[in-house]
Amino acid sequence: MEDLIALTGTQIAEQINNGKLDEGEVFSFFRGRAKKLNASLNSFVEIYEEPVGAADTRGVPIAIKDNICIKGKRITCASKILNSHRAVYDATVINRLKQAGFKIIGTANMDEFAFGSSTENSCYGVVKNPWDNSRVSGGSSGGSAAAVAARLVPFALGSDTGGSIRQPAALCGVVGFKPTYGRISRYGLIAFASSLDQIGPVTTNMVDCAWLLNVLCGFDQYDSTSSQAAVPDFNNSLVDDVRGLNIGLPAEYYGQGLNPEVKSRLDETRAVFEKKGAKFVEINLPHTEYAVAVYYIVASSEASSNLQRFDGIRYGLREKASGLKDVYFRSRAAGFGAEAKRRILLGTYSLSSGYYDAYYVRALKVRRLIKEDFDQAFKNVDIILTPTSPTPAFKIGEKTLDPLSMYLSDIYTISANLAGLPAVSIPCGFTKENLPVGMQLIGKEFDEATLIRAGYSYQCATEWHKYLPPMIAD
Amino acid sequence: MKDNSPIENVAKLARIEITEQEKDFLGGQLAKIIDYVDKLKAVNVDGVLPLRGLHSDAPVLRDDQAHVSGLSRDILENAPAAEGNYFKVPPVIE
Repeated sequence: MEDLIALTGTQIAEQINNGKLDEGEVFSFFRGRAKKLNASLNSFVEIYEEPVGAADTRGVPIAIKDNICIKGKRITCASKILNSHRAVYDATVINRLKQAGFKIIGTANMDEFAFGSSTENSCYGVVKNPWDNSRVSGGSSGGSAAAVAARLVPFALGSDTGGSIRQPAALCGVVGFKPTYGRISRYGLIAFASSLDQIGPVTTNMVDCAWLLNVLCGFDQYDSTSSQAAVPDFNNSLVDDVRGLNIGLPAEYYGQGLNPEVKSRLDETRAVFEKKGAKFVEINLPHTEYAVAVYYIVASSEASSNLQRFDGIRYGLREKASGLKDVYFRSRAAGFGAEAKRRILLGTYSLSSGYYDAYYVRALKVRRLIKEDFDQAFKNVDIILTPTSPTPAFKIGEKTLDPLSMYLSDIYTISANLAGLPAVSIPCGFTKENLPVGMQLIGKEFDEATLIRAGYSYQCATEWHKYLPPMIAD
Repeated sequence: MKDNSPIENVAKLARIEITEQEKDFLGGQLAKIIDYVDKLKAVNVDGVLPLRGLHSDAPVLRDDQAHVSGLSRDILENAPAAEGNYFKVPPVIE
């Protein structure tokens, strides 16, 4: 059964379907690995005793970020305020996974309410990077990325509000895809910032990614922001051909603050695409330097509004108090961690009378300028190539005392959320210290297909996605 | 946010009780973050409309039909306090 680690998720599914592998044995294998290695990685909040899925189907295990509802199971968003909450319904993505035969193995650790870039804000403790246990896995979907990287599970779902799928994917050396805003239903995803949040897959390779996108994408009547745009069969994009593809290189993503080794890996990535016949075009996204500031106002404002529901009345933690108002104040004080409090306070400040126009409305205006930069750029290019993260995985504790430095680790991923564009992080090499580096491809609205074709072509020419963390070799 | 009164006011609006220590700690961090986001003041936004929605197509609303969810018992099981078919809360009138 050790061979299972060498197989892709799609290959395991094929072998289950044609009877070469037994579904129950596959589940037990991955469950056993997850149980054993979770002690050092902390990538799971809960590992189920039995698979959760549709009884009349067969399929492969998948891990679900702990902010997506699975009926009857605990859902906590890694927050004390949801302590022992149980989901009363299945998210639409969970329904879709069940219908497609996937078997849920457990819930993945994350930054509290997806607030963070290192999974250090989880009430269950930090998720360690499988490539180096003294480093972070990235965040907020750090548990999803670390579990897939360590091959504790072939597939995982994450959510991405400002880079929360792509940045941990880059830091852990796996593929993380954030589709176009509206592509995947968010019904059953506990909301962080409603104009930015997207659910997406974490996999080891582009073939598995395309399959999972086929399962997840599509209109849902229970999410009024989900799009009715037609969803192509993404398997048709698994074509090894980028001849004539115009790839944009935005100068703003290759300047100050970019780690030299990450930059070298991106130069090599460019050479791979050039050799395969893609053309590179220098472009400008002039409002990039404002993206982090816009994001922290918009995302925090929406979060402060969305998190009003956690008040100790209908669910979650309730602190003892003599009056109703004190229940709110004390429950929220005891239930939210420091980063959640910071974001709620920043959002409340931005939305408060006297500051609303100066902060929130101004941020929405600059958000439009950021989106228009992309509209302009995509007149000349098909996709855009950037680093996913300015640095490889940083040390645990390195940025916890300085929230701003943590926010800046999302500098390259945030704009795709602000503009609602699809983007994917793909492994593209390692640093001297053997830490994974990720490239990011950003596409036009609803053009996931071209990202898949480019990513698949790249993986046909490279082996980076096949390397395993040293802890697996042990 | 240099002194503590703005942070106290925002915490009150956000319905979060904060300790003296948090006032200094969170207040200081928030002041730094606000200094950073103040860079947006340098952008010329004359005539730019705020971006309030990403989709050009209008949100799709489903038909207004009542369904029986049958979930009220499950929902109440998550409540910190419930009685019969109701959430139970401390006195509302002070």
